[in-house]
Amino acid sequence: MIPASFDYVRASTADEAVQRLSEAGEDAKLLAGGHSLLPLMRLRMATPSLLVDIGGMRDLSYVKDGGDSLAIGALTRHGELARNELARREAPLLAHVAGQVGDPQVRHRGTIGGSIAHGDPASDLPAACLALGASFVTASPRGEQTRSADEFFTGFLETALAPDEMLVEIRVPKSAGATWSFQKFNRRAQDWAIVGVALARNGSTRIGLVNMGATPLRATAAEDALAGGASPAEASSRAGDGLAPPSDLSASAEYRRHLARVLVRRALEEAVAG
Amino acid sequence: MTATQAAPGGVLGQRLLRKEDPALLTGEAQFVADLNVPGALHAVIVRSPVAHARILSVDVSPAMSVPGVVAAFTGKDLEGEWAGPLPCAWPVTPDMKSPAHLPLATDKVCYAGDGVAVVLATSEYAARDGGDAVAVEYDPLPAVVDLDDARSDRVVIHDELGTNTSYVWELTPDQAAVDAAFADAAHTVHGHYVQQRLIPSAIEPRGVLVIPQPFNGEYTLYSATQIPHILKVMLALTVGVPETAIRVIAPAVGGGFGSKLNVYAEEALALALARKMRRPIRWIETRSEATQATIQGRGQIQDIELAADAEGRITAVRVKLLADMGAYLQLVTPGVPLLGAFLYSGVYDVPVYSFSCTSVFTNMTPTDAYRGAGRPEATYAIERVIEDLARAVGVDSAEIRRRNFIKAEQFPYSSAAGLVYDSGAYEQALDRALELSGMDGLRAEQARRRESGDRVQLGIGISSYMEMCGLAPSRVLASLNYTAGGWEAATVRLLPTGKVQVVTGTSPHGQGHETSWSMIVADRLGVGPEDVEVLHSDTAIAPYGLDTYGSRSLSVGGVAVAIATDRVIAKAKAIAAHQLEIAEEDLEFRDGAFTAKGTPERSMPLGAVAFEAFTAHNLPDGLEPNLEASSHFDPPNFTFPFGTHVCVVEVDTETGLVSLRSYTAVDDCGVQVNPLIVEGQVHGGITQGVAQALFEEAVYDEDGNPKTTTLMDYLVPAASELPSYVTDSTVTPSPTNLLGVKGIGEAGTIGSAPAVINAICDALAPLGIHDMAMPATPERVWRSISEARGEEAKGS
Repeated sequence: MIPASFDYVRASTADEAVQRLSEAGEDAKLLAGGHSLLPLMRLRMATPSLLVDIGGMRDLSYVKDGGDSLAIGALTRHGELARNELARREAPLLAHVAGQVGDPQVRHRGTIGGSIAHGDPASDLPAACLALGASFVTASPRGEQTRSADEFFTGFLETALAPDEMLVEIRVPKSAGATWSFQKFNRRAQDWAIVGVALARNGSTRIGLVNMGATPLRATAAEDALAGGASPAEASSRAGDGLAPPSDLSASAEYRRHLARVLVRRALEEAVAG
Repeated sequence: MTATQAAPGGVLGQRLLRKEDPALLTGEAQFVADLNVPGALHAVIVRSPVAHARILSVDVSPAMSVPGVVAAFTGKDLEGEWAGPLPCAWPVTPDMKSPAHLPLATDKVCYAGDGVAVVLATSEYAARDGGDAVAVEYDPLPAVVDLDDARSDRVVIHDELGTNTSYVWELTPDQAAVDAAFADAAHTVHGHYVQQRLIPSAIEPRGVLVIPQPFNGEYTLYSATQIPHILKVMLALTVGVPETAIRVIAPAVGGGFGSKLNVYAEEALALALARKMRRPIRWIETRSEATQATIQGRGQIQDIELAADAEGRITAVRVKLLADMGAYLQLVTPGVPLLGAFLYSGVYDVPVYSFSCTSVFTNMTPTDAYRGAGRPEATYAIERVIEDLARAVGVDSAEIRRRNFIKAEQFPYSSAAGLVYDSGAYEQALDRALELSGMDGLRAEQARRRESGDRVQLGIGISSYMEMCGLAPSRVLASLNYTAGGWEAATVRLLPTGKVQVVTGTSPHGQGHETSWSMIVADRLGVGPEDVEVLHSDTAIAPYGLDTYGSRSLSVGGVAVAIATDRVIAKAKAIAAHQLEIAEEDLEFRDGAFTAKGTPERSMPLGAVAFEAFTAHNLPDGLEPNLEASSHFDPPNFTFPFGTHVCVVEVDTETGLVSLRSYTAVDDCGVQVNPLIVEGQVHGGITQGVAQALFEEAVYDEDGNPKTTTLMDYLVPAASELPSYVTDSTVTPSPTNLLGVKGIGEAGTIGSAPAVINAICDALAPLGIHDMAMPATPERVWRSISEARGEEAKGS
């Protein structure tokens, strides 16, 4: 790895981290697990002037019972979340999805906060957060703020986070009684999904889609159809409606829309059966 | 010569763990990038981002202001350093066209990745920053990325050649017979196949380090290469350093698959710059760089036709090939199609044969040998098109093969293409593979899934292959215009303590030669394999050698080791006879000792003979001291391994996803020295063929921009994508060497791709799908299914 040169500091608290970001301006980046940022730096597609390393803040790695919701520290690693008993019981979709990210090395280093803050439409966890109606707690020099997942992802690799704002906690409504399904379609187990579907059914049905547009997003047309009484087959046929998925080496937009329909139908079938 | 079977209780045939592995697994082994030389300058090559352009200007001065940068040179700056162009050792025809190819381009770039400047700095970070600072102005030209477009000469890449066609090579012993066979045929079938470009992706990218010796003008060059000996000679010619002043060492090398069977620009540059700067020069390739600057494999468009009688017996094979050379001819680029040229009749008894190949330049990375080199392509074509013949005749995949196999009693078999196959038992391998794969149960399950309209359909694919390896008889290479021989050298010496030292001209980079050569020697000398030291991959230690490629090492280099060992035994016998005061013919050598026949108490262990040879106190008159012998073995023929693979796939007809359900391989590589190593080669080889069938493709856009420049985009499969393979073997010794060995390094790759695609086509046959391009991506399979079902692909 031969990145461009950069400065590096370690921060031991969230307040210290956002203070550093605030001083450094837009060219500073937080470094947590590094599994999104470092590959970009290796290719010099990202050239931050300052890395603020928050990886040492172990007090931000936790899964706590917050009454109606689970509170998950932003620095909780995917592997920790996948194995956590409380998460597996109260947010089984999220714990399952965390266990499907990348490969064991990625899950050993990558953090849920890093995955969400990166805002990659190809990542699994943001779609799961959308399906579960999660909300995100952030810190900044202006104080703490909470936003819903639905208002968080604003553009390709862009989020509502200000340059000096840090994600500190993910809150997920408890969903022990819900049925769910996660359908990840890829060619190699370690890869990002070509298309993924995270579906939670708890009275209403919420469907998060992976890699079906510029941001992590919901299959609203299919959700609306279900709410209107459509069958799984009818609803899933609308899974790609209104979306502009990317065309790349893995798949054309047309094929992604087809996959979304197939995978949403399979997810619905599994969730209904479950 | 008679072949020897592995003797029960002997060392040959044992599943010994590899001697090499502890150092590799613990990190003790040193690769080029691990070599830390004080004062070394790190080189970064500035590469063209465009596929085809005139170079208007190259300004390296901005690099010179980057802290740590010591020097920077353009291609023109270094023009005077070269005594010759980068070598192509295989001018396949007298009129073959080859462009001048210098280590750095001077006037034009011909592929994205072509080097235009080099920056030297005190760290690799500074060198990279300096490289980024170099300013190059390009005047872009239209790029040629399509082989038919290349042949049309719409855009001529190398002005001085006047054409993009490098050569046309023909092998048609009897044109009239070909015409007659097709005119008289009851059945003719035609296959058109694209062998996509592949990126070799060795686990260790390339690297080179050149250390100039301070006073005497000599250089030690470390390179991640398969060919230290060939490299030494070629660099002497290219850089103009006397051969005697270059020592080449291949340290631990992390795989090659043919991609390190080359003489690369960076190796020549490092040597020339070490001469110019009088400092050590180090260059380490990055992974993304390797997707452009290291040769690529395959890149052929194949048309194959079979003529057959009413029962499906093939009466003629006719092949036309269009081969992608890439931008320049590297070391053996033009020869790769020729390595397959003789094999398009596969394992079948075909009386009439015709092959022709047209090779063209394109604006893409040069192609060259990649695992199998010409033979996987040939096998793919015949093993795919014979499925069409089976369908035309109305018999199944196994039956069409049985009707056409060369029979065991026909060996040695003279092929219509002009080879003599050494030995084979093709039907036996097919029978065993069908039995192991559980074919009857699979067909029943397939019928059930078809009947019920299951969205997951089952497909079974067979591939019966043979290959030629053991490169190569030198006289045959001469007839193909290759500019070197095909022999291999070995020296075996007994040390005073009875230990054994072997020097081999092969250059292992993952094959386990230290283990296998130790076993060959131990088996013959009656010592333990741990008592044998194998030295290799250093031209100062092993002065003679032709290195490792083309599944040649065991059947040429290993045989040389065996011959040299036997010569040592013969000399030792003379000494033992002298010391025991007995006639040589009354001595026998068994279990590591010379013993008088009939009087076992008169015996002398080999170790004692070795010490006597060393002290030389009491040797027969006229006999020189020490026990050492060499062999330079030139094989009398190629060897011809073979086998049958059976692949079972599940195809999700909704998504097009293909999953391997099981894979059975029955390979015959003759006598096996170490079955554990054989299985390792088979496993890796199968995976590389599966990778071509399902996953890998070097993709370029229409402007020649490479799109697969990371391992996120170029999909090398991992264990999670693959089933556990079932492997078995038959043993048909080669009669052409005293070990009876054939070679196994490429067999898995040669047999596997057609087995996978045949399985996919079998799964989808009820839909009328009988071909599938490689790689069979989910989208490609889904589109085929959608078209076959007459559905508009919904969406958009």
